[in-house]
Amino acid sequence: MIIEDIPIIKVGMADMNAVQAPGVLKTSGLGSCIGLSLYDPINKIGGLAHIMLPSSDIARDQSYHVAKFADTAIPALIEQMVKLGAMKSCLQAKMAGGAQMFALASSEMMRIGPRNIERCKEMLSEYTIPLIAEDTGGNYGRTVELDCSNGVFLIRSVQNGVKQI
Amino acid sequence: MDQFQIAEYQMDVLKEIGNIGAGNAATALSKLLGKQVDMKVPSARLMPFDQITESLGGAEQVVTAVFLRVVGEVPGNMFFIITLESSKRLLNRLLGMDIGADGFTELEMSALAEIGNILAGSYLTSLSDFIKLNLQPTVPSLAIDMAGAILSYGMLQYGQMGDQALLIDTTFMEGNEEVEGHFFLIPDPESIERIFHALGVPPS
Repeated sequence: MIIEDIPIIKVGMADMNAVQAPGVLKTSGLGSCIGLSLYDPINKIGGLAHIMLPSSDIARDQSYHVAKFADTAIPALIEQMVKLGAMKSCLQAKMAGGAQMFALASSEMMRIGPRNIERCKEMLSEYTIPLIAEDTGGNYGRTVELDCSNGVFLIRSVQNGVKQI
Repeated sequence: MDQFQIAEYQMDVLKEIGNIGAGNAATALSKLLGKQVDMKVPSARLMPFDQITESLGGAEQVVTAVFLRVVGEVPGNMFFIITLESSKRLLNRLLGMDIGADGFTELEMSALAEIGNILAGSYLTSLSDFIKLNLQPTVPSLAIDMAGAILSYGMLQYGQMGDQALLIDTTFMEGNEEVEGHFFLIPDPESIERIFHALGVPPS
């Protein structure tokens, strides 16, 4: 039996990374945050961002992590992937997360999950990147993995087990 | 505003807040259980988002959490977090409920939310008395899920200004650590100055 040693690259909260196959990008414990992946199937280059908030307009200083906000994460991730050799026109997106973890969400801040989903979709269409699959909303946490050798997006949750999109 | 700085003497004040709040909550739990409940020395730290779940065993660790948004003069987020095993033992001790392997029923979840509500309520009441500012908890909600997914809710207010959040963490345990849990108080950024001001703590 051959055990392949595929490197797993962890992406932290408000962070992002991109890699060429073989490699797996992983981010854990998404609640209202979004795990957004971009994949170039020709060059086998993948990128993953752990997006926390919809818009950088609310940032109170300018030295923020670009991956924290949907509107800054997506262009930055594209750029990082293009540097690795990805073709912008080949990119496909998949995303998961944007849950509403607590039922009694009264304030606007608590509705952040749906707003994150919406903003990510707007940004993707602005950059004409097709969103080919998603697993968003609900009231549960998710951990996601992007396999850069085939673009499979694996979603793990406590209640619903493992699924691939 | 840049990533804010909190001096060490100010952190000591925040630790004392954790001490008073969790001390009262531990007393409440001790009365509920009819047993002694011990508490560790609280920690108050500015934590990078990524490390905030560390004391719970990582972002993917499944925990039982009761969340209350705190409103009033010192807005913030309050979490009462216990391990799955501890929540089963707690229900068993308090209500004689025997919890099977396949998750919690609606009644059991509701009982857990109410326990969290009582304990968080006594934490916040004592805190309000101490700092002489008005704060009220909203209706509690319960989630049993990954620690990262739950706690990230408490950090959203900090997401606007930096990559770390102020966390006041107090661990309590009963008996031979048969029931172990945490109180997390994450005051909103603007609340921190108000707490210091109310207590006459000089700015750093």
